[in-house]
Amino acid sequence: MTPPAATASTFAVSCRGLVKRYPDVLAVDGLDLDVRAGECFGLLGPNGAGKTTTVEMLEGLTVPDAGTIELLGRRWGKGDDRALRQQLGVQLQETKLSEKLTVRETVRLFRSFFETGREVDQVLDLAGLQEKRAARVGKLSGGQKQRLALACALVGDPRLLFLDEPSTGLDPQARLRVWEIVEEFKARGGTVILTTHYMEEAARLCDRVAIIDHGRIIALDTPAALIASLGASQIVSFIVDGELAERELAALPGVRVVTRQAPSWVLSVDQAGATLPTLIALLEGRGLRMDALSTHQATLEDVFVHLTGRGLREQ
Amino acid sequence: MNSRQPGGGRRAGALAELTRARILEFVREPEAVFWVFVFPVLMAVALGIAFRSQNGGRTAVALLESGPPAARAELEARLRASPQLDVKILDEEAAALALRKTRVEVIVALDADAAVPGDGAPPPLAYRFDGARAEGRAARLLVDDVVQRACGRADAVAARDEDAPRHGARYIDFLIPGLIGLNLMGSGLWGIGFSVVIARTNKLLKRLAATPMRRGDYLLSIALSRLLFLGLEVAAIAGAGRVLFGVEVAGSLALLGLVSLLGALSFGGIGLLVAARPRTVEAVSGWMNLVQLPMWLLSGTFFSYERFPEFALPFIRALPLTALNDALRGVMNDGLGLGALWAPVLILLAWGLVGFGVAVRIFRWQ
Repeated sequence: MTPPAATASTFAVSCRGLVKRYPDVLAVDGLDLDVRAGECFGLLGPNGAGKTTTVEMLEGLTVPDAGTIELLGRRWGKGDDRALRQQLGVQLQETKLSEKLTVRETVRLFRSFFETGREVDQVLDLAGLQEKRAARVGKLSGGQKQRLALACALVGDPRLLFLDEPSTGLDPQARLRVWEIVEEFKARGGTVILTTHYMEEAARLCDRVAIIDHGRIIALDTPAALIASLGASQIVSFIVDGELAERELAALPGVRVVTRQAPSWVLSVDQAGATLPTLIALLEGRGLRMDALSTHQATLEDVFVHLTGRGLREQ
Repeated sequence: MNSRQPGGGRRAGALAELTRARILEFVREPEAVFWVFVFPVLMAVALGIAFRSQNGGRTAVALLESGPPAARAELEARLRASPQLDVKILDEEAAALALRKTRVEVIVALDADAAVPGDGAPPPLAYRFDGARAEGRAARLLVDDVVQRACGRADAVAARDEDAPRHGARYIDFLIPGLIGLNLMGSGLWGIGFSVVIARTNKLLKRLAATPMRRGDYLLSIALSRLLFLGLEVAAIAGAGRVLFGVEVAGSLALLGLVSLLGALSFGGIGLLVAARPRTVEAVSGWMNLVQLPMWLLSGTFFSYERFPEFALPFIRALPLTALNDALRGVMNDGLGLGALWAPVLILLAWGLVGFGVAVRIFRWQ
């Protein structure tokens, strides 16, 4: 791993005013980003928020309609794109690698594109694919395919790694293995930009998270600071079978934020145990019946709900 | 920790790896192997059998059952005495059907009230044949000649036959080079078109475009991987022709190889061009058929394109499959050298270079 060059900027990625317009939608609407060398930066948002478009513009695969991008001190289209690509590792959403090749043949092919890089077998070890080295790609499980995609992204020993929804569709155990591979890369000092709509993934891997909605950044901070911005540590959500005023709920002890996410009410509270009895008393006094009550520790999802009034997995 | 690319320059490494991957993908696809190797050989066998010289080269004649039995028996004996005729005795209906199906070329009929031979002159005959077919006209002349001589006609001029069949003049000799050409076109276009479009649909092209791979290397590897199979393809068809039908290569094998190579590269370039933009397999299939159809019809694979009107010939000769077929026949049938084949060779080169050059410029990576 080459240490980051001592340039004026310590940012691995820096972009200003990125815009991408498709015929039917404004996918990215004036986005600014600064990603520090060595950090893992997450783009968190629902499907269609513009995460993939943003990442593909950074990767030089999609040309922005407006805005500037600087990666590792270079820009796309200045005649040294291939030199820049030597330093990038990319995992795209939904790439289907050739099913007829074996795991090792596939990694070996990707290795051949890079001037310098890691040994094929070393990367297979890292991705936990050594025992599948002779298996055809078509025979792999979803988790193994995803680890192969990571191996192909890592075999060039990149300084900057782009991961687009690296664990979507994987079971929890397969997801954990993907995370371990990304953590190994981070430990080597690499910079990561990843998109996800799983808040656990963002919370575990990312040093900083930008929450994206409708092509814009609506919040940017460390996961802990974003959660703290709710001003509360626990979330209470429930449904009632009648009318309630927001200010009635806001007046309950320990309630910091009230969000209406129909049909549910969502309260951000300091202590669920302190708030619940008064909530139940309020509802009984009004003759309302409570349904689907749940409480949990606040997560990035709650931050998103608070900011947009919608869940991450809703449209 | 880090390793440099083992052995030689990096460029050659990536191109070699891409080509290797393409070859592995192909040989692991049993259907592709069937279409490229087995199908053309089966086609050559079927056509070779259908168009083989039937009846050991004899002309099929139907003699009607009608007429006085004694006269008919004498006529039958005269016809059967000729080694050039294959005589069948049929009734009116069966004979008419056989003529329509070209199982016989001419029907010989005695008049029903014909006088019995021995009473004087032989009884009059009628020939029925398809005057529009050269085979029909030839059969009529042959049968008449046999009958007239048997009945005592003397030749006015002494003539002898010098039967010297020209090398490579049979239909199968004409067909085998055409099948090689057709197969090089088919495998070049389908083999490249489908795999490129599937890689595009699977976003594999986009993934490759995100690496420092030289984009020209990818396209070149596709054309190069075709070369390995080319030799096997040509050998399969030419070998089947040789073993099953005795089709010889009159010219040099090296030149046959060179012409096949040019043909494969030419259709490789055209295949890349056709596959440069389409996003779906359906779309690329349509384009492939559109490109191939005129060549299937016009390029003289199954029959000579010289039958088309004079004004169309320059256009037909400019088609890549026509040029390839002409060059292959020049080598296999006529034993020509490279100097005599410069025109089709230049046409093939031009198609290949233009196809590849344009494909590289307009290629859609995502």
